[in-house]
Amino acid sequence: MNQGRKEILQFVFILVGVIFLIKLFFIQVLDNRYAELADGNAILRQVEYPSRGLIYDRNKKLIAFNSPEYDLEVIIKDVKKFDSAKFCAVFEISQEELRKRFKEMKARKEYSPYKPTLFMNQLSSIDFAKVQDHLDEFPGFYVQARTTRSYGAPSLANALGYVSEISKDNLARDESKIYKQGDYVGQSGIEAFYEEQLRGKRGVRFKLRNVKGIEKGSFKGGEYDTLSVPGQNLITGIDIDLQQYGEFLMEGKAGSIVAIEPASGEILSLVSGPSYDPNLLTGRNYSSNFKLISNDTLKPLFNRPLMAQYRPGSIFKIAQAMTALQEKVITPDTRIRCDRSIINCHGAHTNEDLRGAIANSCNPYFHNVLRRMLNQGVVDDPFGDTRVGLAEWNKHIMSFGFGKKLGIDLPNEKEGLVPTPEYYDRAYRSQAWKFSNIYSLAIGEGENLVVPIQMANFAAIIANRGHYYTPHLVKAIGENGKPLPQYQERHYTTIDSSYFIVAVDAMQKVVEEGTGQYRAKLADVIVCGKTGTVQNAPPLFDHSVFIAFAPRDNPKIAISVYVEDAGQGARAAASIASLMIEKYLFGQTKRPHIEQYVLNNKFE
Amino acid sequence: MRNEADISGKLDWVTVMLYILLVSLGWINIYAVVYDANAVQNIWDLSLNSGRQLLFIAASFIIILAIIIVDMRFYETFAYLIYGVVLFMLLLVPVIGKEVGGNKSWIGFGAFSLQPSEFAKFATALVVAKIIGSVGFKMDNLRSQAILLAMIVVPMALILLQKDFGTAIVFTSFLLVFYREGMSPFLLIVGVSMAFIAILTLIVENQWYLYGAIVLVLAIVVFFGKRTVKRILPLSVGALIIILTIQSFDYVINNVLPVRHKKRLEALVNPNFDPMGINWNVTQSKIAIGSGGFMGKGFLKGTQTKFDFVPEQSTDFIFCTIGEEHGWFGSLTVITLFMTLLMRVIFIAERQKNRFARAYGYSVASIFFFHFAVNIGMTIGLFPVIGIPLPFFSYGGSSLWSFTILLFILLKLDAHRSQVLQRI
Repeated sequence: MNQGRKEILQFVFILVGVIFLIKLFFIQVLDNRYAELADGNAILRQVEYPSRGLIYDRNKKLIAFNSPEYDLEVIIKDVKKFDSAKFCAVFEISQEELRKRFKEMKARKEYSPYKPTLFMNQLSSIDFAKVQDHLDEFPGFYVQARTTRSYGAPSLANALGYVSEISKDNLARDESKIYKQGDYVGQSGIEAFYEEQLRGKRGVRFKLRNVKGIEKGSFKGGEYDTLSVPGQNLITGIDIDLQQYGEFLMEGKAGSIVAIEPASGEILSLVSGPSYDPNLLTGRNYSSNFKLISNDTLKPLFNRPLMAQYRPGSIFKIAQAMTALQEKVITPDTRIRCDRSIINCHGAHTNEDLRGAIANSCNPYFHNVLRRMLNQGVVDDPFGDTRVGLAEWNKHIMSFGFGKKLGIDLPNEKEGLVPTPEYYDRAYRSQAWKFSNIYSLAIGEGENLVVPIQMANFAAIIANRGHYYTPHLVKAIGENGKPLPQYQERHYTTIDSSYFIVAVDAMQKVVEEGTGQYRAKLADVIVCGKTGTVQNAPPLFDHSVFIAFAPRDNPKIAISVYVEDAGQGARAAASIASLMIEKYLFGQTKRPHIEQYVLNNKFE
Repeated sequence: MRNEADISGKLDWVTVMLYILLVSLGWINIYAVVYDANAVQNIWDLSLNSGRQLLFIAASFIIILAIIIVDMRFYETFAYLIYGVVLFMLLLVPVIGKEVGGNKSWIGFGAFSLQPSEFAKFATALVVAKIIGSVGFKMDNLRSQAILLAMIVVPMALILLQKDFGTAIVFTSFLLVFYREGMSPFLLIVGVSMAFIAILTLIVENQWYLYGAIVLVLAIVVFFGKRTVKRILPLSVGALIIILTIQSFDYVINNVLPVRHKKRLEALVNPNFDPMGINWNVTQSKIAIGSGGFMGKGFLKGTQTKFDFVPEQSTDFIFCTIGEEHGWFGSLTVITLFMTLLMRVIFIAERQKNRFARAYGYSVASIFFFHFAVNIGMTIGLFPVIGIPLPFFSYGGSSLWSFTILLFILLKLDAHRSQVLQRI
């Protein structure tokens, strides 16, 4: 009767064992999910943020550095019930904000309850001290240390740029996959241009932890850990004292100052007025301050030295003179009558040679010079002849760095404009234009557009007698490093360097006896300069322009100053330029009346 | 007493080796659980589970010696007395017992505590075997069945009083013994099918699908067969009974059962149900075992079991450590060892010359099997979380001694099997 029951029981026992082994084979060998979950449980991935590279000025003064800051991160899985009222009190947020933060966090695409997620950023170090005492009351919340950017001087904002959380668009565009949400990235200025050098390399440490989140040593003896590599320090050519002085002089004005060391192309100062304190765009108040600054009607975020495109005015006459000499349509001794029936002029002069014409900024002279250049009689018809002449002219002018991006180490540089025949074809919708249509080019008006950095570079070209190094802010990457290769390369103009002595002589004459003599002249050094007064629509004042370099021989500084709506170039711009030169060469200024004149902002 | 002298020669050495192997593996595994790479530890340290377990193992060998020395007739003769003493202790537990982990099932003796419910297993096995082995006993006799049921229901009830549900249901494993000894399989079949229907009730949200399926099956069975009233009527009644069962089970689930138990049942059939709450243990247990892979993470290298992600890992969830550190290969080894032991015990039971010894052997096999199946099934999510130990692996003196006593009484009986009169 009980036959076979032993076998049935044996079968049942074995069957259960086999079922277990099959099930175990599924979860242990076939299904990798559990291994991942286990890692999520026990392995804490700690990111070590490297310190961002520091930025120095040319005298090794620190202008951008890092101060410690703490982010609050949360691993949702580890969060236990906590006293939300207390939490809000400790972290100084409202109950609604707390709920909102949780909701927003969970809505993020990459959200996972097992991964540390940014909950609240940039607790200042004072906040952190308070928070630290209470942190153990809120399991699941961790503090992640990182650094925030600080700037040594309330200065140089537009050149330095700022650092802020990477935007969703940029994150989507980032093909290197280096960044993740919540990362900080240079957004403009040097911070953006040298992001790669400054950011360093993030390190990752894998830590084991138990169910309470207590660390239990490193995972596999640190086999997968990587050390963070700090970012490289940058040494700029900026003289921060000169920079601050320039900003001081530009107070209440719109415009720019660009000073360059001609021998190297290093930018000594890059003033954009009006500006803002770069420290406003760091830390927790970034968003509110950014809104404020970007909505300011004076546009402090607009980096005028690179982005403002102006008509150059009379400073352009030097470029015309050089081009004309190279084209051999005049000689330095060519005299042209100041015929004010053709075009208006100013000052008492009648029949100057080239140097005198530059010194007196004679409009009829350069009207004539441009005509000689554009209409050289190569082609019989006046339209065709002008085309040929303009093409040649364009080539020479462009070689001064006008009409194209110089390639400075900052983003958002503008080209300016040097007209080509094709440009006028488009403007006139035909080829029916000739010299009489475009003669305003002669005196730097008309269609010409330049940006201030190009003007300063132009001054440096004359200072160097015909060549330039692309202006750049960073003179060394790393303590004893070099600038980027493109800044070590000398660029020549299409003009023979022998002609430049004429421009140097003439510019010296401008300062010593011409339009710039009163405010631009310095006692102990020969300054070479050129004024410009750019026409503006009345009732606004003209724009005041001045370019200069000094000393005449072996120049140490080349500068361009552009002050909007400030009248004649000999007034605001010449004063500022000479003060900057004085400050840079001698460390101080000894002409309080000129300084006061600048600060009064009354140039009529 | 020539027989006593060469008793060692007649002990079943295969079983003894299996026992030593399992106990040793169990101890190494407990050491793996308490091991902490960052702490200075001495594995003999009595403040650690591994040190204490070693002490328990040493005590087991004394117990084994005692079992072997005692005359083999003692166990059958004094079965009722042993049973009575254990029942008395079970009665005492609610009075003088102390509470450990929600169960009041311990009696303290100075520094040590004993769990009388563990010893109720072998005592009940002796009594059950004695009744089955008694002269003129007939398994198909209703009165015999009632007596046997009473013998297992009494300790079950007393253990349930201690709220130790897990240990209590271990006693249902005696049904396998009854089946082997001649009880109609009807009871087992009904029990298993009820459980199957109950699970279906839990899985299928809408009961009407179930009813529809039953009616459909009924229709098909009726259609393909002799369509006589004599055949259709009982089938229809059967179907109706099943439907009523589902209905009443549903009612019990939703209205009678405490929410905690209902949740556990739901958690069982649906592994994704509340994984961070009621299913936390099982979730973490599966993560630990599942992360072991084929060869495991290596001895002492488990992260899940080491860092307390799995609760009760040295006792009920000890299998997680094997799964995590030794992978599927380790699981295969342990399961194979248990299977071998079970087969060996059945083999020994079958070669006994009297019903007492055979029934006792089957009791041992059934109890071991029940523990093995429910414990491992629970850790891999095939059974609900019922806290019973894995023999020889789970930490604890009482359970180790209980399994040791169960096994070695059988070996003692087996060693003397030629001395007894054939009473089968």
